[in-house]
Amino acid sequence: MNVKVLIATLALGIMSTAAYAQKVKGSDTVLPLAQKEAEVFMKKNSDAMVTVTGGGSGVGIAALESNNTDIAMASRKIKIDEQLKIKSSGKTLVEQVIAWDALAVIINPDNKVSQLTREQLEGIFTGKITNWKEVGGDDMKIVVYSRETSSGTYEFFKESILKNKNYMANILSMPATGAIVQSVSQTKGAIGYIGVAYLNDQVKALKVSYDGGKNYVAPSYETAKDKSYPVVRPLYFYYLKENAAVKPFINFVMSAEGQAIVKEIGYIDVTK
Amino acid sequence: MARRKLAIVNEKIAETIIRVCGWISSLTILLMVVFLFKEGAGLFSSKQVEDGYVLAVNKSNKVDHLGVENIKDIFDMEITNWKEVGGEDMDIIVFRFTDITNYVSAEQLGADFENLPQCIDSVLAANAGMIAFFPETYMPENFSGKRIDGDNITLSSFFAGTEWFPTATPAPIFGILPLFLATILVSLAAIIMAVPLALSVAIYMAELASPKVRKILKPTIELLAGIPSVVYGFFGLVVFVPMVQKAFDLPVGETALAGAIILAIMALPTIITVSEDAMRSVPRSMKEASLALGATHWQTIWKVIMPYASSGIIAAIVMGVGRAIGETMAVLMVTGNSAVIPDSLLTPVRTIPATIAAELGEAPVGGAHYQALFMLGCILFVITLLISLAANKIQSKKK
Repeated sequence: MNVKVLIATLALGIMSTAAYAQKVKGSDTVLPLAQKEAEVFMKKNSDAMVTVTGGGSGVGIAALESNNTDIAMASRKIKIDEQLKIKSSGKTLVEQVIAWDALAVIINPDNKVSQLTREQLEGIFTGKITNWKEVGGDDMKIVVYSRETSSGTYEFFKESILKNKNYMANILSMPATGAIVQSVSQTKGAIGYIGVAYLNDQVKALKVSYDGGKNYVAPSYETAKDKSYPVVRPLYFYYLKENAAVKPFINFVMSAEGQAIVKEIGYIDVTK
Repeated sequence: MARRKLAIVNEKIAETIIRVCGWISSLTILLMVVFLFKEGAGLFSSKQVEDGYVLAVNKSNKVDHLGVENIKDIFDMEITNWKEVGGEDMDIIVFRFTDITNYVSAEQLGADFENLPQCIDSVLAANAGMIAFFPETYMPENFSGKRIDGDNITLSSFFAGTEWFPTATPAPIFGILPLFLATILVSLAAIIMAVPLALSVAIYMAELASPKVRKILKPTIELLAGIPSVVYGFFGLVVFVPMVQKAFDLPVGETALAGAIILAIMALPTIITVSEDAMRSVPRSMKEASLALGATHWQTIWKVIMPYASSGIIAAIVMGVGRAIGETMAVLMVTGNSAVIPDSLLTPVRTIPATIAAELGEAPVGGAHYQALFMLGCILFVITLLISLAANKIQSKKK
């Protein structure tokens, strides 16, 4: 008898949570943030159920197209062909910037270079500049580390620093931010880029100038927040307008409490 | 009598279940292969230029076709004059649709960019040397320019291409030669390192070690096979990469050599355990006959045990090669992953499995990049198939 009651309550419980269940899927950059947001959101709303999974921006958006997720997380803007696919199914896509992420250009701490202009960075990452002495450092070959082509960080850096030119062919691409930090810290001539949240003592962050060398700005929460640091990108949630069930969670993420979590995770909040 | 009948029925049922299991698993494997090739084959009917976009030139331009390498060089501003790609002596003006604001004012574009298609059309018509790249949704009606994005990705550009730029815009470049050669180089180097070492260990364990030592050694080596590959990868990145860098005084330690060392270590347990089992299965009478004829222990190992166990040893090596070629995570972390044709073991390389693992997550599903990665999967499949066929052949010859 007791067992039956138990099963009945369990089934009821599952059904009632299913009503508020929603899936969030996509970018691994946004993943830690979304997980934390979901955790706090579920604590506050005991009947809500938010499942967050990674896989990459492309995976998330593809899942949104095929109705396998309610919210797609992305660290890059949705591409035209992806947009068209959603449009052709007769649904309306909504884009929400939930946070900003600043990218720091990092080098080995033993390197005496401390600042570079965007043009110099472009030269280094496209393979035109190959020795540190060309940009005021020691006579040492530049070893350029990049993220994998699949990463939203890769795309954004290409857009912002390289002005859409392609990286050089013999660039070293690393599967994860942690691997870039590790490699840069143990390779003397190395240069790479990572999210500001990942900065530590093992590597040195460069000051960057976007105005041809007049002003150099070091990356930090403050400079990214007031937009004086130029290499800052938005992080997105994409969802369908028809899907009203996601609204409470999105509202929570955009609330003051949700944005405080953004800051805590190491990204830059969108509140003014 | 009844009991016997029941036993027969039970046997029949068990037989059917086993048969169905066999069929299902064979069918699953077959379906996976079909799926792999089906997804990959679409690549050669995809266009060179990214899906959903248009690449066009002024209609007075003589150039009708551009290869992907040329398109990339033009948009990277490496090629700046049309005569370099077979056109007239005229400077190339690169136009991405976000550049439109440099040519026309915001009022001209309209509040909702409703005039954007017309603006693109007029800008392109006004500049004879322009090459324009814009989304198909902004394709003007009565377009006055000339589209040059009609070419499909060709077999030769895929299999013989020397550059891998899967996310280059406007036209991604899928040349798999650097990836293919890197995979072969790293696996080959790993096997060359692993086989002598593994065989020595196997001989030691099968013939020379005392039972006590063997009891400790065997589980230890088998434990090596159980370590997750990502742990090997991280170990390699922190230990072998700096070691290689110092030993050869290189600017960078993430090289094919570091990958080969890691792969060799990872292939060791497989080769050791399988070949050791083969050596131990040599009948005692064979060994004793050899020793009785006055052969030394070493001669017995070399002339009797090794030849007798050779098919098992070859199977072991093939399994090792299979492990090396398909290994993903560890290689991804230590080889540096730069897609250039390797000229030595001391350059960074990018292997096929590493490429698939790193890129599939963000490739738009069904797009050219996605299909190219599946095609890489097909190639990997064909390589391993060929290796195991060759191994079968060698084994059957020996018997």
